[in-house]
Amino acid sequence: MKVKVKKMFPPGHVRTPSYLRGKIGEVERDLGYFKNPEELAYGLNAHKQKLYRVRFEMNEIWGETCENPSDTVDAEIYEHWLEKV
Amino acid sequence: MPHDHNNEMSPSGHPYRKDQDHPLTYWQNLEIAVREILVEKKITTEIEIQETINEMDNRTPSNGAKVIAKAWTDPSYKQRLLTNASDASRELGFDIGPLKLIALENTKSIHNVIVCTLCSCYPRNLLGLPPDWYKQRSYRSRIVKTPRTVLKEFGLDLPKDLSVRVHDSTADMRYIVLPMRPHGTENFSTQALEKLVTRDSMIGVGLPKSA
Repeated sequence: MKVKVKKMFPPGHVRTPSYLRGKIGEVERDLGYFKNPEELAYGLNAHKQKLYRVRFEMNEIWGETCENPSDTVDAEIYEHWLEKV
Repeated sequence: MPHDHNNEMSPSGHPYRKDQDHPLTYWQNLEIAVREILVEKKITTEIEIQETINEMDNRTPSNGAKVIAKAWTDPSYKQRLLTNASDASRELGFDIGPLKLIALENTKSIHNVIVCTLCSCYPRNLLGLPPDWYKQRSYRSRIVKTPRTVLKEFGLDLPKDLSVRVHDSTADMRYIVLPMRPHGTENFSTQALEKLVTRDSMIGVGLPKSA
């Protein structure tokens, strides 16, 4: 499943790295549900959100001048940060 | 004063280092305040806190090495490790709490390396405290952009046909790399293999020692 990380910049405790925002990747695995750290960090009654491991290719993240296009970065991204491509 | 050295040199000809004492920071004061309240309210004790610190300090990469060596010698354990690394670690008696661990297998065509670009997430229960460089921005920002250059600085020059997979611990998972078993170790016991597994090989910035 191809997904795109939403390009948004909300304030607060966010665990989606900036360098992956707006980038397209492939879901590597579904990790199940975890409490949303954006709420948990402030002692709120955190909702459970689905968490995915998403694999990004280097040229998608860093462009044509990347070190080696066949290398990848995997990161855990919460569902509310993802949209289907 | 007799113990003030000012700009004097030590007998071996080196300048004396400054004491590390400095006024408490805001966060240090906060930690002390919270700790004292918890003790006062009998929620915990000084001994309990000290014991937990000792427990954390006593975790070393030799824990992780036991997991790796077992996976090298027992194919069904390796399968369980790759399916659920948390349960496989518990099987060997490591208390890893609620930690969700994923083992990443290095092969002839894939080399894995771990990082936490956001902070310093690290498989502490199996490897102990992270090395200083793991927490520094230099490693965290460069390993996701130019992993091959960084790995070369660690002494790992990887061929182009080997894919590098960087794993950014951004949320609830922690990672450990399962390195390839060194050549020429077919007759090694599990205990002998454990000694070849280095901390860096389980982070992915190194390889196990050769036989």
